[in-house]
Amino acid sequence: MNRDWSTLWPLLWEAFGQTLQMVTIALLTGGIAGLALGLALYVTRPGNLLANKAVFGVLNVVVNVVRPIPFIIFVTLLGPVTLQVVGTTLGTEAFIFPLSVMTAFGTSRIVEQNLVGIDPGVVEAARAMGASSWRIITTVLVPEALAPLILGYTFLFIAVLDMSAIAGLIGGGGLGDFALRYGYQRYNWMVVLVTVAVIIVIVQVVQWVGNRLARKVLHH
Amino acid sequence: MSDNTAGPAPGTPAIELRGVSKTFGEGDRAVHAVDDVSLTVRAGEIFGVIGYSGAGKSTLVRLVNALETVTAGTVLVEGTDLTGLPERKVRGIRARIGMIFQQFNLLSSRTVAGNVAYPLKVARWPKEKRAARVAELLEFVGLSDKARAYPRQLSGGQKQRVGIARALATSPTILLADEATSALDPETTRDVLALLRRVNAELGLTIVVITHEMDVVRSLCDRVAVMEHGKVVEVGDVYDVFSAPSADAAQRFVGTSMHDRPSPDALARLRERHPGRLVTVGVREGASSGTELFRLLREHEVDGSVVFGGISEVGQRPFGSLTVELVAPDDRIAAFLAALRERAEVVDLGTAARPVDDPRAIRADRAPQGDTSAAPDDELGDPYREARDAVTRHGFFGNLGGRS
Repeated sequence: MNRDWSTLWPLLWEAFGQTLQMVTIALLTGGIAGLALGLALYVTRPGNLLANKAVFGVLNVVVNVVRPIPFIIFVTLLGPVTLQVVGTTLGTEAFIFPLSVMTAFGTSRIVEQNLVGIDPGVVEAARAMGASSWRIITTVLVPEALAPLILGYTFLFIAVLDMSAIAGLIGGGGLGDFALRYGYQRYNWMVVLVTVAVIIVIVQVVQWVGNRLARKVLHH
Repeated sequence: MSDNTAGPAPGTPAIELRGVSKTFGEGDRAVHAVDDVSLTVRAGEIFGVIGYSGAGKSTLVRLVNALETVTAGTVLVEGTDLTGLPERKVRGIRARIGMIFQQFNLLSSRTVAGNVAYPLKVARWPKEKRAARVAELLEFVGLSDKARAYPRQLSGGQKQRVGIARALATSPTILLADEATSALDPETTRDVLALLRRVNAELGLTIVVITHEMDVVRSLCDRVAVMEHGKVVEVGDVYDVFSAPSADAAQRFVGTSMHDRPSPDALARLRERHPGRLVTVGVREGASSGTELFRLLREHEVDGSVVFGGISEVGQRPFGSLTVELVAPDDRIAAFLAALRERAEVVDLGTAARPVDDPRAIRADRAPQGDTSAAPDDELGDPYREARDAVTRHGFFGNLGGRS
């Protein structure tokens, strides 16, 4: 057992680094793209700031089509595009691409849902002051919904962490791969338990930070 | 405040609506929120627009700063035609028109000072000038000590004063007040109305007040337009509209504000207590003041006792009526009434034995009828209403929807 763990710790550490890399990059790129997509969904909806039936219709359908695809299938489905963009369909980098894309679509709905909570009167007040649509998006919509957005991104972090567990499918490594290969497949339940413990700690820390940030911007 | 608004000369048209209509939706579902309205608001006046919910008044006021665009007709603001103006130009005009709202619509993510500074940022004021202007505005509305507070920490009246400070920030010449006191208690309403009067008197702003409360019109406005089913059914000096409302809706609104005439129920009780001849005498400025009534009673040797009534102010001038029981032989009462009728409006209510109804009292008492043919203003342009209602009821993602 002891001899086992002296080789396993470095592997776990490496897997932890891979997971962090995948989740961070996906959250940054997909998170920002998703914010833009979510804002676009909100403002183009009929009756809103930049109401545009055609644009909204297309975005809405695309998001609805992509989101229900199970991620494990989506990774293989996006393979040809991944090959074009990343140059390979194997490894951590190749996994980060579909992860980012799915994160963007997931984020877009969460962003849109959080913007729904904004009082349309506040947007109207800003319009009445002569603010441009772009200014309203950046200085009214996002700041007014910041607290729920932070909680939404916290929720997303956990969802992305969940998706990253199947990176092993295309040799992407990470904590999920580690738990399956060194734990499940070798009947070493301790490895599975330790990995789960690590994931729980990550989630707890992120949730704690998210909650604190959200409370801070709420100005109660 | 140091900068007096350089608006157009008092009395010249500040806002002109010519044959303005606004229709939402198409075909059978079309709602004519504003239907062929022509109005002129003069510079420097406080103009009231009163109507029941759904009468189209909120839509009307939004046509003035082009938050809504007209379906037909022309809107002129200080001589500039808004119809067909490109968005960029419209934004420039909006900066010259302040607006305050029923629900205040303050940015919850910004402090009081941040809210007041927002329109200045939009107008690209440099930072140092912004700070000085914000301090000046908060001083004007009496909230200097709340500069660093957030809207959540303020009372309704304080929120509306922040709204007023924000609306005045860029020194507009016109202020639009959309049900600005409807969410406030009576005392706070008085404070806010007094502040609006100061804004008009000290800064010279033209104010358009949208309301469903005739008391607001009575104590604040110079002129008033009464709206019903998207149309203006009566417009004139507030005093004239109160003295002689002609449209049905106008009579009902006057009835909600003036309680000087006995309702049919009250009249029945009066007749039990006072079986003699009852008359209601209008009290106005000058010749028809209460003094004349009592002089004539003495002259004609008629015993008169006031049994009902009230005199208050409309547009800062005396207004009301007194219901009097007359005791004297019939011929002396007839002579007295003939003399009184030359000077004042007299409504003969008859005696308990031979009662006559007051036509105005009955009308004023009739229950207000909401306008159901037009959709309520606040339901338009809010596609998320249902979703938000659902979220409010059930919540979503547990604590994710942490905003109230």
